[in-house]
Amino acid sequence: MSILNLALMFAFGCFALAQLLCLYRVMRAPGFSDRVLALDTMAINMIALLTLFGIQRGTQVYFEASMLFALVGFISTVAFAKFILRGDVVE
Amino acid sequence: MSILTEILVAALLVTGGVFGLVGAWGLVRLPDMMTRLHGPTKAATLGVGSVLIASMLHFWLHHGILSWHELLITIFVFITSPITGLFIAKAHMHLSWQQGELPRPPSGVEWSTYGEGAENSPIVTVEGPEKPCE
Repeated sequence: MSILNLALMFAFGCFALAQLLCLYRVMRAPGFSDRVLALDTMAINMIALLTLFGIQRGTQVYFEASMLFALVGFISTVAFAKFILRGDVVE
Repeated sequence: MSILTEILVAALLVTGGVFGLVGAWGLVRLPDMMTRLHGPTKAATLGVGSVLIASMLHFWLHHGILSWHELLITIFVFITSPITGLFIAKAHMHLSWQQGELPRPPSGVEWSTYGEGAENSPIVTVEGPEKPCE
């Protein structure tokens, strides 16, 4: 097993564990803003996981998916925060 | 593929994984909401940034394809993560503190979190101005 494969496995493990910790924070959190922050972090980690999967497979088709995750994660976080602040997403 | 470029890509991958894990661990373990906001920013910038640059170098050096997608995603994440951090911090201010508990902003105006329209929030913890009955 080459160094690259070992590093890929390590990074997969790290980001999977990070996803699980964020999922715990989504389920048990002291407030709304913690849950929103954990969901945003899950979207960010998902970008990294998809990129790692693309490296492992040696294909570039997953970059569109990670770009979509970046866009949807940003927009959903802003919409959540706007709803908490104003009660309306689009004023 | 030379061993040197492989070690470079592997080092970037390991750095990204460690920073991603540290960010999520900080999200769970730090004591206060404003400090918890600090943890995942490391995962967003250094973690994801290292992984994306590692992917770019890998495809460039080992497959001979120079792709700019990763740079696009990196720039997008770097632009948007401060904005989401600011919005979450404002939502936390709105939910946790009364207006009088915060220090005054310097220029004589109010915090925009408590300004006009804040009384429409579904989760009201702010003492808004009295609304006339309609």
